[in-house]
Amino acid sequence: MNRSIFNRSAVLLCALAPALGAQAAFDRTKAPRLARPARLVVPPVRVTELPGGMRLKVVENHELPLVQVIVTIDGGVRLDGNTPGISTFMAGLLDDGAGSRDAAALQSELAYLGANLSSTASWDGYSISLKLARRSLDPALDLLGDVIRRPTFSGAEVKRQRDLRLAGYLQTRDRPEAVAGLAFNMAVYPAGHPYHRATNGDSATTATFDSSSVRAFYQSVIRPERSTFIVVGDISVAEARAAITARFGDWRATGTGLATPAVTVRPTVRTASRVYLIDKPEAAQSVIQIGWPGVERTSPDYAALMVMNTILGGSFTSRLNMTLRETKGYSYGAGSGFTFRKVPGPFTASASVRTNVTDSSLVEFFSELRAIRDTPVSADELARARNYLELQLPGDLEGTSQVAGQVAQLQGFGLSLGELPRFAAAVRLVTVADVQRVARRYLTPDRATIVVVGDLAKVRAGIEALRLGEIETWDAKAVVR
Amino acid sequence: MVPLAPIMRYLLLLAALPAAVLAQAPRLKVPASVDTLPNGLTLIVHEDHSVPTVATNVWYLVGSGDEKVGRTGFAHLFEHVMFMGSQHAPYPEFDTRLEASGSSNNGTTNEDRTAYYEWGPSNALPLMLWLEADRMGWLLPTMDLPKLDAQRDIVKNERRQGVENQPYGISQDILPPALYPAGHPYSWNVIGSMADLSAASLDDVKDFFRTYYAPNNAVIVVAGAVKTDSVRRAVRQMFGDIPRGPAFTRPTPPAFTVRDTVIVTEDRVQLPRVYLSWHGVKSFHADDAALDLVSYLLTGARNSRLTNTLVYERELATNVNAFNGSKKLDGDFAVVATARPGKSLNDLTTAIDEHLARLATEGPSARELQQARNAIEASFLNRLESVNAKAEQLNNYYYLTGKADGFQADLDRYAAVSAEDIKRVVNTYLRGPRVTLSVVPQGKKDLAATRRTVQ
Repeated sequence: MNRSIFNRSAVLLCALAPALGAQAAFDRTKAPRLARPARLVVPPVRVTELPGGMRLKVVENHELPLVQVIVTIDGGVRLDGNTPGISTFMAGLLDDGAGSRDAAALQSELAYLGANLSSTASWDGYSISLKLARRSLDPALDLLGDVIRRPTFSGAEVKRQRDLRLAGYLQTRDRPEAVAGLAFNMAVYPAGHPYHRATNGDSATTATFDSSSVRAFYQSVIRPERSTFIVVGDISVAEARAAITARFGDWRATGTGLATPAVTVRPTVRTASRVYLIDKPEAAQSVIQIGWPGVERTSPDYAALMVMNTILGGSFTSRLNMTLRETKGYSYGAGSGFTFRKVPGPFTASASVRTNVTDSSLVEFFSELRAIRDTPVSADELARARNYLELQLPGDLEGTSQVAGQVAQLQGFGLSLGELPRFAAAVRLVTVADVQRVARRYLTPDRATIVVVGDLAKVRAGIEALRLGEIETWDAKAVVR
Repeated sequence: MVPLAPIMRYLLLLAALPAAVLAQAPRLKVPASVDTLPNGLTLIVHEDHSVPTVATNVWYLVGSGDEKVGRTGFAHLFEHVMFMGSQHAPYPEFDTRLEASGSSNNGTTNEDRTAYYEWGPSNALPLMLWLEADRMGWLLPTMDLPKLDAQRDIVKNERRQGVENQPYGISQDILPPALYPAGHPYSWNVIGSMADLSAASLDDVKDFFRTYYAPNNAVIVVAGAVKTDSVRRAVRQMFGDIPRGPAFTRPTPPAFTVRDTVIVTEDRVQLPRVYLSWHGVKSFHADDAALDLVSYLLTGARNSRLTNTLVYERELATNVNAFNGSKKLDGDFAVVATARPGKSLNDLTTAIDEHLARLATEGPSARELQQARNAIEASFLNRLESVNAKAEQLNNYYYLTGKADGFQADLDRYAAVSAEDIKRVVNTYLRGPRVTLSVVPQGKKDLAATRRTVQ
């Protein structure tokens, strides 16, 4: 007791003391020395099997009366086959009517319960996310059961969503970043490769979607044996198991599931860079995307790659951002990154740049993409990038949604939360030589795909003069069909 | 202004967090200690030891509303200049030192305040405070024109990316001066005009800093795995000798009535979009919460009135959104709808006006109103999961109400709104004169909204 009273009066004295006296001992000419950061502690994940081949993963966190449920179902857009866009379309319709409720009634009920449900499809799976208040657990999970097991896919709702998606293609053409991204994927991955197409498909295919085709697709891909229930929050393992089993315990697969086809088409192999230009008349900026096929998430080089990319374009002080934004003033921000999927996505470096410095910006991009291969990074850059990657990890596990999201993301690559401390340890061991080695191996600026969406009347001549490679001109209407 | 993202130092991509909760919810409590240093600096500390992280949230109580004629965009430009180094932490140490500690940072400017954020592992707090103190007290010794010019270029690029190169971006320039009278602090776009950004001088930077960037015009929130006493000691050590700045008064917005205005502009877009904008109320005005609920009743969920009718039943619009844009000094309310291919904006405005008339006459059902309250309550509880979000809210409540832990009091406002209140505020604010802005594809002015219908 005395100590705390002493402490309190000491604080009071501080407050009353003359300002100068209070900080006389403080030397502001030097940055403060920091105490050691807390060790990364990941919460335990309890994994159990459920009937029907389902899995349950529970993380207890009783800080707030909240529960985050994420149901992941393996499969996803790679199952689309000759109906591109149907996975995202079907997933979006799951909560547009299910059980006894139509779309408006279902979503009204969810909101009334203070719950928030969303359903999406990615390249490698489907994800149904439900965030809820603990005390609405039972009614909200009943609705989750309806959404996953008893979606309606009514003719009227399918038509509405189909028309909305068709209008959406038109609006996508207005957004140069979106056009650049789609064109980039088309160029890096040739026809026949799944990534050649947009996850949202095309208007010709979408126009054919109807209630029966969507339902048939649903039945072949939304299946218990592919499902994992991730439950994080104010709930015990036993409660979670009972609650999920009550709604899904009798869920059994019917018919045959659609198998994920092997990817037989290789990404575009280049012997030289190639430029794709898309006109956006009177554009104030050009959107630039540069890249090539990427790498496996499970690569032994993963930690080194993340450190290398943090230095190149993965943080505010990265070379691309400091050069294109801070030093040259060409852009509001430039960056780079690897997209990790089960079948590797691309490496991409990108920025929106002022129209009249489009060519100069390309010069700077390639200068940085080559420099990190040709010259070892500084010890200072290496230390900063390693610390940045490692020490921000605890912040990735702050709330129930973040924890569930991390579990889901890692699970997609066959990894658990235990991967995070392993990653931290691997990052600490990355050397200057490792950075240069992975830069040389995984950055191929002499065989790049380069997309520029901008005012071609103003930027074409400058780009041609750079002689980056053969130039093709594409139309936004052909990219977003 | 309404459907704008805050003007930020750089883009931060946030995944949309799902929302949760409802009735008989636990009382929301975010214990926060508030104290003020002799130099006028206010410090708010909230302890949350759930994960070893910390967020600092520094607000200077100045925004675009304080700008002078011919210097629109300056408050935000100044925000950028604050990252260009200070006497003991020369450029680019602000960023390099934070990243080396595992921390991130950003800044945002709106009409009423400029905010600076750092977040990262809790052991990095002394570094965050030291950097904030250095730029609060020692920015000018190393400030020069090249630094201003560098950030001027970046802000112009930000404007190009967020306004010129964005479909419908032009609306951000058109709406504020159309709704608010000349001289009103909200009558221009936060990011300013290219000409005014070009005109900003080094003297402007110095004057602005000396007037507004003083401890007595700043509030620091520290939230996270920290001890209140040691935060107080550190803040006194690092900020205690920064001198108090001059007193100043924020502008007083003139009372005004919107003149019914119809504006049509062409843009390189595929589909026409209409913006309806009314004069609203300021934050925490007696009708503020009711107008928030109105925006939910109109477009907050799939079954909300405008969403259900315009997007789904009648298939007139691809999307529709309502916003209650209440701010510190004044406010506005907007409905924004994009037409489906082949639909005219008059079809949309007619349907919107019909719904407003009906809501004003019949009011919401009990169930509808409770859904809106529950959804808002859910978003409150979700915010409590993040120290960054809590820090931001503590600063916001302190600025607007004088009380930091205003979470429950804020939520109580929504519980107190009745169906009669909803009818009244729709009648009072959304049935009178407004700005009608149509943004149409080039050469398609015939698609613009031209007339008032049910008024």
